[in-house]
Amino acid sequence: MVNFREITAGQALPEREFTATNVSLFCYNAAIWNPHRIHYDETYTTEVEKHPKIVIDGPLQGDWLSQIVVNWVGEEAELLKFDYSNRRASYLGETLKSGGKVLKVDQQTGLVEVELFLKNEEGEITSPGSATVRFNI
Amino acid sequence: MNNLVTDEALSWIGKSDPPVEIEVNRSDIIKYSVSTEQVLTKYLKGDEAPPMFIAGLSREIVPLKELGVDGLPPASLLPDLPLKRVMAGGVRFEFHKKVKPNEVLVFEKKLSDITEKQGKTGPLIFITYLITCKTKAGEMVLEQFQTRILR
Repeated sequence: MVNFREITAGQALPEREFTATNVSLFCYNAAIWNPHRIHYDETYTTEVEKHPKIVIDGPLQGDWLSQIVVNWVGEEAELLKFDYSNRRASYLGETLKSGGKVLKVDQQTGLVEVELFLKNEEGEITSPGSATVRFNI
Repeated sequence: MNNLVTDEALSWIGKSDPPVEIEVNRSDIIKYSVSTEQVLTKYLKGDEAPPMFIAGLSREIVPLKELGVDGLPPASLLPDLPLKRVMAGGVRFEFHKKVKPNEVLVFEKKLSDITEKQGKTGPLIFITYLITCKTKAGEMVLEQFQTRILR
């Protein structure tokens, strides 16, 4: 876990890779009760909605972004604000890398602002985001 | 601007769905945590819900025969607009309280804004929803601002 006194602006957060599979997408969509066919029915997805492959859920990518923050702070801080935007679709078979960096540290209040990203294998940012956490100081 | 958003559509701003009560179940937290590849023990054991768990918790559950060809339930709080293709926009969360198993949460969804913008390839309509999640005692748990883009 990170030590608040050692955090500086520009510091990178630990990165992590995610590769969705048919099984993981099935489990995720069952868990959130999402019956949208673009996440499990390949024929419908390609022929009707004209995606090249099964689509990785936008909110799942949002979750992967949030994990970069909550795993970094552990029990040392609480998540106050989090936002993301799915700018580019991601498809089954892609490996996405999430990470981020510290934008601002307030030594008086314990507030830390971070910028987040999810990138595809081409290095394109598919989902940018940001978060604010408050450390217990 | 093309004035695609009529006064009738704008009159939908402020409308809300009836509140929905949902009980948080430990096994649901565990299933969510496993499927999203969480690593913190508190999530994997279901002692606390991951931040994004609550966003998935409020999805509408309707009888199978009411699902559309795409598999989705009928859209709620969506006025008649000339652009029909719906894309996910940004989502912003403000967290006020951690969620533990066995809590009963009350969700309310309100249409908070409709705005027309000019995109690179044509007009776009942005619809923003505010989804609030409170405890039964009225304590705020989460505010979620969700944008849908019509093109």
